[in-house]
Amino acid sequence: MANNFINWFKFSSPASFYPLAGRFSLWSSWITVIMLAVGLYLSFFVAPTDYKQGEGYRIIFVHVPAAWMSMIIYLAMALWAAIGLIYNTRMSFMMMKALAPTGAMFTFLALWTGAFWGKPMWGAWWVWDARLTSELILLFLYLGFMALQSATDDVRRGDRAGAILVLVGVINIPIIYFSVKWWNTLHQGASVSVTQGSSMASIMLNTMLLMAVAFWFYTFAVVFHRVRSIILEREADTTWVSELSEVKALERGS
Amino acid sequence: MAEFFNMGGYALYVWGSFGVTALLMVAEPLLIRNRRKAALQRAARLTRIRSEESS
Repeated sequence: MANNFINWFKFSSPASFYPLAGRFSLWSSWITVIMLAVGLYLSFFVAPTDYKQGEGYRIIFVHVPAAWMSMIIYLAMALWAAIGLIYNTRMSFMMMKALAPTGAMFTFLALWTGAFWGKPMWGAWWVWDARLTSELILLFLYLGFMALQSATDDVRRGDRAGAILVLVGVINIPIIYFSVKWWNTLHQGASVSVTQGSSMASIMLNTMLLMAVAFWFYTFAVVFHRVRSIILEREADTTWVSELSEVKALERGS
Repeated sequence: MAEFFNMGGYALYVWGSFGVTALLMVAEPLLIRNRRKAALQRAARLTRIRSEESS
């Protein structure tokens, strides 16, 4: 019994998570590069022209994955925020903090590529539609979280305040997701639904899903890389950091 | 080739979307690399100060 039990709390220590995050990040980077190469090839050379939207529909291959990631990353932040508040583990708050800039970037990209898709198809870069507005609020939640974190020098209080902000804001995620159902929106309904399956041709759908998985691995790669810097920033005065080979090399070199 | 870049008249919209996405997804790892460099240098400086104080 005790043998096949993984001690997850072991990895809640920054010293043991730091090398693990490095390996995660490296492997995820390679997977991302390969999947993006295949995904972009499929996006432009294999997926056929759409009968209604011509070549313009190809924006879907970045728009939908970016929009999905914007919500998934927020949910991941909320999960780390809750774990951090309950167990008071430092690593959870560092993961929460490491996710925010990437989440903000994907939210911005969802809005940006949405504007570049809306203009030719709807005739407007922006409309105050429920889907678009709630996604804009998500961007403000990310930016607000990052501003709050950088506004305080007290790390513990900053973490707890940030975690509470993230948990309060999580109400926005179902609002974004169901907005196209609850209100009459210009934005179309879900292309892929758990209950109804997909309304897209399978090669288009598979390309979009592949790009989405590539964006997942991109997120793993950058977030695990960023969290290593956050660990270094917060643990700079500890013995284990001073004994890291990369720190020793710099210390001797300077 | 020119036909490919023209994207059936949607060039601005398709390349405007993919271009900015690519730009940000290249810029972010570079920014993280800089952050790591700064964090490592600070850690090395603190380590040096401590070893000087203790000796």
